[in-house]
Amino acid sequence: MSAPDLSVNLGGVRMRNPVMVASGTFGYGPEYADLVDLNRLGAFVVKGISLDPWRGNPPPRTVETASGLINAIGLQNPGADVFLRDHLPFLRQFDVPVIVNIWGRTVEEYAAVAERLSAAAGLAALELNVSCPNIKEGRTTFGTNLPMFRRVLAAVRLKTRLPLIPKLAPDLAQIKAFAQAAEEEGADALSLINSIPALAIDIETRRPVLANRTGGLSGPAIKPIALKLVWEAAQAVKIPVVGIGGIATAADALEFIIAGASAVAVGTANFTEPTTALTVADGIRDYLVRHNLGTVKELVGTILC
Amino acid sequence: MAMQLETAQVVEHRDYGGGYRLLKLAAPGIAPQVQPGQFVHLRVPRLNDAVLRRPFSVFQADHGTLALLYKAVGRGTTALTALMAGDSVSLIGPLGHGFPLDGPADRVPVLVAGGYGMAALYLVAQRLPRQGVVCVGGRSARDILGVEDFTALGWPVHIATEDGTRGVRGLVTAVLDAWLGEGRHGRAPEFFACGPNGLLQAVGDRAQAGGWTAWLSVDRHLGCGVGACLTCVVQLQDAAGEWAWVRSCKEGPVFESRQILWEAETA
Ligand SMILES: Cc1cc2nc3c(=O)[nH]c(=O)nc-3n(C[C@H](O)[C@H](O)[C@H](O)COP(=O)(O)O)c2cc1C
Ligand code: FES
Repeated sequence: MSAPDLSVNLGGVRMRNPVMVASGTFGYGPEYADLVDLNRLGAFVVKGISLDPWRGNPPPRTVETASGLINAIGLQNPGADVFLRDHLPFLRQFDVPVIVNIWGRTVEEYAAVAERLSAAAGLAALELNVSCPNIKEGRTTFGTNLPMFRRVLAAVRLKTRLPLIPKLAPDLAQIKAFAQAAEEEGADALSLINSIPALAIDIETRRPVLANRTGGLSGPAIKPIALKLVWEAAQAVKIPVVGIGGIATAADALEFIIAGASAVAVGTANFTEPTTALTVADGIRDYLVRHNLGTVKELVGTILC
Repeated sequence: MAMQLETAQVVEHRDYGGGYRLLKLAAPGIAPQVQPGQFVHLRVPRLNDAVLRRPFSVFQADHGTLALLYKAVGRGTTALTALMAGDSVSLIGPLGHGFPLDGPADRVPVLVAGGYGMAALYLVAQRLPRQGVVCVGGRSARDILGVEDFTALGWPVHIATEDGTRGVRGLVTAVLDAWLGEGRHGRAPEFFACGPNGLLQAVGDRAQAGGWTAWLSVDRHLGCGVGACLTCVVQLQDAAGEWAWVRSCKEGPVFESRQILWEAETA
């Protein structure tokens, strides 16, 4: 049998394999480039970018927990213009789709950063991080308020022709509603999940470990939760879904694909083993060979129940 | 030279004194590239529920091996104690910007260490083309490490302990100030320091008062170790007085004292 076809068309993003690196865990490209051949990644999702530079939270910003990591980086980034000038040129040297994760504090900021980035050459898609607090409307997040989620999506859709990939918060009760709303507002794909709100306490000082008090939990600890949400979201929409959450092995990724994900992203596991995305892609290939499958597409959503 | 991901072999693992252990690893890819003050990010074997690697200053390095010093204080370092000669360990390194050794030749290198901080300073003494002095402080005699290693290089070591069980009673600044007062005979120092924030700040204050340079190695909680996650930030200021969070794993861990804004550290 010939080698299986791992390629994926993710709402217009043509990927050589279904395994990307998740936003905020691989920097802007150079950080891991000595250790990982970026040409072998399915896609590269850049750390969250806003219109203006943003300093983020004071340290401590992360804490390790059992099979997990809580982070409250606070979206530190140099802003869209510096990203385009100083960081994007490095990534453009590689033959890998570059997906830029974007965020804003208001609907207008989301629209503006999308517009600014869409004017640049060399981007494959925009991933919309809706998990940051909305300042104007009273600090609820776009990702947990359905009407605001629709507004921000509609506003960004008007400003870009790039494939648009809203990244859903792990809203356990309303995941189908958010997935369907994204599809209706013109999203080309969905990604989920972002990290899960979490807390760690230093029992000697009785203070939260993180300066921001709370953060988002990621890593293997969240995988079964993410898997159920991806399964539910994938059933609710026709657009492709990117499965994210605790993926460290090919078996983890295959679970997401069988649950309905067309592609996956590796996040926290990159910190443990920088080559994880490559070994996951190799393991998916081995599985397809072992199961006599010619393409990874045939496996998507084949859960039996 | 580029950092590498390397599977190293344990060649020696023994007590070093003061509750510390010395882990010597065969790492022919990483070891020859190590600059003083750089670190490696080590994946602790068999610690399967850990998502993060653990950073260690490189204590000693030659063409094929590197030595790390550690004390079993947390889950990661406790698990390390089980390593035996022949075991494999995954390393990323060398990482970070270490101590520059190209300062003016008329400066006397003054190394200032708080306890374990000497692990990051040994290579400075070994590789600097001129001899300097070492000031080291700790709580008690057992916390004073590596004196023989520095004296073997011909460097005098001035010791202070808080309980007076070795050297002068007091903080390391007591022996440092004594040297600055009578010991330097008019020569200008260049400081290289590693230890707790209070020590680094005290060294920086003296450098700035005297118009000298102080290279300070900050100790931060790390995530990725390579600049990708933005866990490890330090508040730095530029010449114009603008401040920013800067990655200690990438732009650091060594910074010149004038760059660091200490308010964020003490808050
Ligand atoms: C240190 C860190 C920084 C992150 N930064 C971002 C970000 O800027 N934008 C975003 O949408 N998600 C961000 N994430 C979330 C990840 O992209 C991913 O959704 C989440 O960590 C779950 O996947 P994992 O368990 O594989 O890490 C970040 C995660 C971590 C651990
Ligand atoms: S530890 Fe990740 S950026 Fe420094």
